[in-house]
This record gives sequence, structure tokens and C-alpha cells, in this order.
Amino acid sequence: MSAQSRSSIAGSVLLVLLVWLIAYPLILVLIEGFRGSQGWTFDYLRLFLARGNELRALWGSLWISVVTVVLAAVIGVPLAYLFWRYDFPGRRILGGLVALPAVLPPLVGVIAFMFLYGESGFASLLVQRVLQLEEAPWRLQGAGAILLVHAYSMYVYFYLFTRAGLSALDGAVFEAAASLGAGRWRTFRRVVLPLLYPALGGGALLTFMTSLASFSAPYIFGGGFRVMTTQIVATRLNGDDQLAMIETASLTVLALLALWVLSGGRRTDVSAGGRKGVAPALIPVKQRSLRLAVALLGWVLALLLLLPHLTLLLVSFVPAGTWTTEPIPPAYTWRNYLTLIQDPVRARPLVNSLWLATAATVAAVVIALIAGLLSVRRRVRAGGAIQGLLALPWAVPGTVFAIALATAFSVSAPWAGRFILVGTLWILPLAYLVRNLPITSRAVVAGLRALDPSLDEAAAALGARRWRALRRITLPLLRPALVAGASLAFVTAFGDFVTSIMLYTYDTRPISLEILSSLRQSDVGVAAAYGVVLMAVSAAVFAVGAEQGSPG
Amino acid sequence: MGSEPFLHLEALTKRFDGLVAVDRVSLSLERGEMLALLGPSGSGKTTTLRLLAGFERPDAGRVLVQQEDVTGVEPVSRRFGMVFQHYALFPHLDVGENVAFGLESLGVKGEALGRRVAAALALVDLAGYERRRIGQLSGGQQQRVALARALAPEPRVLLLDEPLSNLDPALRERTRRELRELIRRVGITTVFVTHEQDEAFDLGDRVALLRAGRLEQVGTPEDLYALPANAFVAEFVGRSSSIDVVVLGRGERGLRVSIEGAEWDLNEVSPPNAGRGRARMLVRPEALRLSPHAPGAVNGTVTLRRFIGSSSLFTVRTDGGATLEVSGPPRSATPGDRVGIMPSRRAGGGIHLFPEGTE
Repeated sequence: MSAQSRSSIAGSVLLVLLVWLIAYPLILVLIEGFRGSQGWTFDYLRLFLARGNELRALWGSLWISVVTVVLAAVIGVPLAYLFWRYDFPGRRILGGLVALPAVLPPLVGVIAFMFLYGESGFASLLVQRVLQLEEAPWRLQGAGAILLVHAYSMYVYFYLFTRAGLSALDGAVFEAAASLGAGRWRTFRRVVLPLLYPALGGGALLTFMTSLASFSAPYIFGGGFRVMTTQIVATRLNGDDQLAMIETASLTVLALLALWVLSGGRRTDVSAGGRKGVAPALIPVKQRSLRLAVALLGWVLALLLLLPHLTLLLVSFVPAGTWTTEPIPPAYTWRNYLTLIQDPVRARPLVNSLWLATAATVAAVVIALIAGLLSVRRRVRAGGAIQGLLALPWAVPGTVFAIALATAFSVSAPWAGRFILVGTLWILPLAYLVRNLPITSRAVVAGLRALDPSLDEAAAALGARRWRALRRITLPLLRPALVAGASLAFVTAFGDFVTSIMLYTYDTRPISLEILSSLRQSDVGVAAAYGVVLMAVSAAVFAVGAEQGSPG
Repeated sequence: MGSEPFLHLEALTKRFDGLVAVDRVSLSLERGEMLALLGPSGSGKTTTLRLLAGFERPDAGRVLVQQEDVTGVEPVSRRFGMVFQHYALFPHLDVGENVAFGLESLGVKGEALGRRVAAALALVDLAGYERRRIGQLSGGQQQRVALARALAPEPRVLLLDEPLSNLDPALRERTRRELRELIRRVGITTVFVTHEQDEAFDLGDRVALLRAGRLEQVGTPEDLYALPANAFVAEFVGRSSSIDVVVLGRGERGLRVSIEGAEWDLNEVSPPNAGRGRARMLVRPEALRLSPHAPGAVNGTVTLRRFIGSSSLFTVRTDGGATLEVSGPPRSATPGDRVGIMPSRRAGGGIHLFPEGTE
């Protein structure tokens, strides 16, 4: 059998696997939403359309996402430009702190905000004391609270995309614009901004999709305000499975529509400037008063960014039941952390999250690698379809996938490719795997595209068979991309809340759910300690990924 | 020829999406011969090289090495050495590991491996460079490592893809000389691709000129220059300009042609017995001279003078509207001067006639 036909057989097998794992559950959800006890029915769709709160939730998802994009852009883009173009005191330290929200898994960020700005949070109590108010100055609830958390955690996308876009610019365009007599503002508006459109588009798309799929913030802070993700979970808990499927389908359609509109027609591979960028010289802020103002502003910003992390850390040392109305907790202890290690019941979620995330990440890297080699290198016919399927879980909210997997794998029908996995050990790693595939495969494809194909040919001309070329040449050169993709995937799975809440079993309960149940038992110290662990592991893995991922 | 050719390309044909990239190219090389594949971009020279290496499968035709058909042999087993345009050195391996890579494929181990790596590096004048990182090397050194890596497993044929294009011009000439000497010393049968005529002429025992996938002419550099098979070859190889003429027949001192009303008798022209009628004449600059008031000259105005050392090149716009390049003493005319053009007395095969409709 020739190498070509071996590759296309492997490609077909992979395609079937991915269809079964990714497309099939989604299609099943769509079908089951239209099936009643007596065959096909539109009853549930009618029910969906008739109830005002369903459409309100869909509308809520949409407008929250649009406003989030605007807020995130307003914060992230100027910050990126500032750090890229100007020199001021504390620039380097601040530049590192700006990306801090990225190490807070969604649920952890939300509870940090609760401890900080919630009814009995530090900031709220402080303001209440200072102004001598009867009760908390605000309530951290509803759309405003959701938008606050979103803006805090998602401006980072705009910041990073803009930084990347800016550093792809050739510094010479600034010199060219200046030599043509354009002032700073005109240069920004006529030269920089248009060249940044692709990067800004990328940031907007990522922010919108993340916000649309956001679950933790609306779940904890939503109160009476529902978005579609929380609506789905509520409906499901009510036992209205069919209606939940219609809701799931509606959110899927909205997500895919948004993806189509936001990326429609725009080629994403156009690089601004074309050449590798040389950063322009930084403009120093010279004026004394301005320097002072910028520095002050910078430190206030740093404090705002760091407060959630610090709060979490502080609360994690609070003994159970000792902190009631004081603005600062009166007592501190190591007990919460000791509990995590010593109490076998408490330690279990930590172990669970570790092995679940590790297994899902390893599997996702292996699948992404095979898929990448087949579609980028071997150029198998199924390559386009394989990459499309791998990207799909990115476009579809996690809640949707949780419902889809719960639907597909709660029935035993082996002839239809359906097995009972819900309630077993296997459903969570499977769900994490599906959600990790877009992350790892994007990294692998980018890594492979960056490799000179003639390296492979050189290995072949030197008599290296395919395995040896893979082991000695391709894999070592791909390592930075693999490490970067794997670390991002691991962090995502390790902190996952949105799919876990629908699919976990007692034996596989991950950290995020233990945080939730600790909170319910008013055990804030333990919840915060878990949060700190999640945060620390995420930060450590990111650091490793960044170190290993950088070439050389 | 006498003996069988060492390497034989037989009517190689390759299509990409219906477009013919290589069209029935046949070539033969003696053992130890060095052949240049020359042509403009898109001429199919790189595809031909990749067909030889086995990276592309031909749609038709065969590749034979010493009468063994290797057309279907994978690159892995073909034992053809290749130097890539951007070298394709493995950036994560050091120089020694790069050179050892092909030897390890052959099962060479231990002391023998070290010895052969050292020998290959000594061959390219990089003895003792084993532990250097690729990134620490200059462009010229990288090119030599690529060469050592390709030669170390003692391949049957050496293939070079634009071997000098990545070097800066100052280095190119010296490297070219070294490359030629090295390959002669090793005595390996070599095919290399280039788009630079200088390089092809300097390095190649013979040159194969390709256009749009077709082999236009193959021969020694002297053959291509003095006896171009067609107008494309004449124009691609060396400087030349062209003008429409009418061949009148045998004259007193050679073939008589009419050029914009003037009549020239050409005694050294190829082909010497061109048929009567309209034709295109290609002329090397050194085959013409400026002669202000000679009877029978083609008249025109100098539009440009380029000083090139011992002589100048004059671009002349003839009164008939053609543009001719003429070589002459540096100061014999300046732009704007009215001049007459005559065939040089020592034309030396610099004039070629191509009857209408032969291209």
C-alpha cells in the first residue's frame, strides 16, 4: 500500500472519529428538540417562542456580548497602544501586570469579585464605612455585575491582539508618516488604525464568542437576569430536556451566525505591514507633571488589576465562620490549605481536576498532531473537513457542548454510535477533550505552517524514513507550539466550570464544583483556597508554556 | 558518446492542475558531468530538479541511473543528495548532527560515523565545526554545511537548487569557484538549477535552457552563445538586441541583408545560409560598431550611454524605430548624438537570423 493511500485511510478514520465526537452530538440535540413521544413535533419550538423569558434570555446573551466587546475594546486598545508607544515610569512592571486577569479561571474571577465588590466585600464595606451608609453602597447583581466581570477578564484579549498587531507593524511606517508631515493623531487614525483592523477584528471575535459562552458570571451574579447559557442550565434542572435542547439549538445558531458575521468575507491571514516588524522607538513622557500623572494612573490601574488576586489570597486564610461584618477579617489560619491536603474528601477534587485535565490535554495534543500532520503535511482530501470539525467546539458555547454530549451519551444504542457515558468516569474527560481540541489543533497547525517543508524533504533525501523524520526533525521543531497549545488547553480544562456543572459525577467532581459547594456552605475560606490553587497552577503552567514556547 | 549515460531523463512530464510544468524533457549526463538547468522563473527548472529528487512524481517519462529505473523509488531510498535553496539545515541539531543525519540512515555508527562526519566537514573546509550551532554560522558556512550534509552519505547524484542565490553578491563569486573545485574533486554527477546565466556558464559543463517547461537547447556554454537554436536562446543568453531585416541572398562578402534601407553583407552569421525573406536579426553589442558617416550605415540617435570599464554600451534609437545596443570605445558618442551603425569587422558569431515564423 502506498504512503498516499495509507494517509488517506488514516484521514478517513480520523474524520469519522471527529464527526462522531463533535458533529454527531450537536446534530442529535437538534433532532431531539423536535421529537416528542409520538414522533416529530414543533411543540417545544412553539413553547420556546411563546415564552417571553426565552427570547429575553437570547436577547440578553446578544446585547451583553456586544457591550462586552465595546467595553473590552475601550480598555484594551488604548492600553496596548500606550505600552507599545510610550515610555513612562513603571512601564515594564505594569506591562506584565496587565495580562494578569488571564490567570484567573472564570469561576475564580467571579468569586474574587464577590469577595471584593459583593454585598459584604472589602471594597463595598470600605465605602459603606467611609460614607457611613446603612447598607452596602451597591449590589453586585444583574447585567451591570456581569459586564463588570466581563470587562475585567476580557479586555486582555483586545490588549493582546492589539499588541500583536502593533508589533507586526514595521516601525518605518511611523517614520514614513512623520516625513510626510502627518502628526501623531493623523498617523494613528490614517495609518495605524487601518493596519490594525485584522487584529482588532480578531480581538472582537474572540471577546464576543467568549462573552456569548460566558456562564460563571451570569450564573453567580445574574440573579433574575438570565442569559441563554444560564437559562439552558435552569431549564435542564427543571427536567424540561426537550425545551433545553431547543434553547441549546438557538444559542448554537446565534453563535454560528455571529461567527459568520464577524469573520464574514474577511481574510484572516493578511498580515499587517507584511514584513517582520521593527518596533519604533518609544516616545518618552518627559513633562514632569504628566510623568507623575501617568505613574499614578498606572499604579491605580495595577492595584485594580491585582485586587481580585489579593482578595482571594486574603480570604483563603480566613477560618470558617469568623468573618462577618468587619471590613478586614479578624483572624487568619493555614487550616484551609491543610484541609485541602489532609481531608480525603476535600483533596479528591484537586486530584480529579489534575488527572481529568491531564488526560484530556494529552489526548487533545495527540489528535491535533495527527490531524495536523495529515492535513498540513500529507494534504489528505479530508484535511479541510478535519480542521473545520476541530475548530467547531471553539465556536459553540461550552454549555451547548455539555448538553450535546449529555444527550448523545445517555442512551445505549451501539449500532447508532451511542453509549451510556453520562454518569460514568468517561464523560468529563471526553467533554474536556472536545473543548481542548480547537486550542491544541490551532497551535499544531500554526507550528506546522511555520516549519519549512523542505526540512522534511531534506530528511527524506538523507534517507530518513517517515518515523525517524518525525521523531528527529518535526517533533523537536514543533515542541514550542505543542507546549504552548498544551499549557493553554490544560489551564482551560483545569479551571472548567461550564461543562463540568452539567456532566460531573460525585467521583469526578472537579475543583470548580467544590468551590461552588463550599460557597453554598458559607465555607468561604476553603473556596478561596481552592481558587488560589487554581490560580497558582494556571499561572505556573502559563509561565512554563511561555518559557518553553519561546524559540531559542 | 560511446558508453551509456550515467543519468538519463527520458521524456519527463509533469502537470499541476492541468498546467504543464515540465513538458517531455529528455537529458543525459555522463558520469561526473555537471549540468546546469537554466531558465526564467516558471520555466520548470525547479520542478525538473524535484522530479529527479523524487519529491514529485512525473505524469510520464522515466529517470534512469546507470540503466536502473528509479522513477518510482521514494526519495528516502533514491540516494540522491540535495542542497536546498534555503539549505533546510535542521536548526535544532548542531553541525555535526546535521552532517551525521544521512550517514545514520545508512546505519553508520560509532567511530566510523565520527570519522566520516569529520571528513565531510574537512571537504568543505569546516574541519572542527562539529559542535557549532546552525544559527552561529554565516550564510556561506551554512551553504557549505548543507553541501557536506548532502555529500556525506556518498550519493549517486548531487542536486543543487539555486545553490548561490542566498549569498550576498560579494561572496557569490568566490563560493562559486570553491563549489566548482569541490565538485570536480569529488567527481560526482551533478545537476543544479539557476536563473543566472553567469552561474550556469561558469559552473556547468553543459547548460540546459528551459522555457515554459520545454527544453529549448542543451549544449556547452560556447554552443549556446555562438549557435543559439532560436531567438529565445539568443536573447536569454548574453546581451543582444533585435531588429527586423529582409534577407536578400548571397552578396559579395557574405549574406546580404537589408536593414531599414541599408544593405549589409554579413560574412559571419548564423545560420550562414538563411533563406530569403523577412527575418528577425539578433545582434550582440560587440558585433556592431558606431561609424558616423560610413555609407551603408543604419542611422539613429544615441539615447543612453553606459560605461562598463574598458568600453561603453550605447543604446541607439534607429530612424526606423528599432532599439539597438552597440559596444564601442568609452567616449565615442554621447546621448543625443546622431550616429551610424555598421557590423563590426570582428563580429565573431554575434549575429543571428531567425526567419519569420520560426519561434
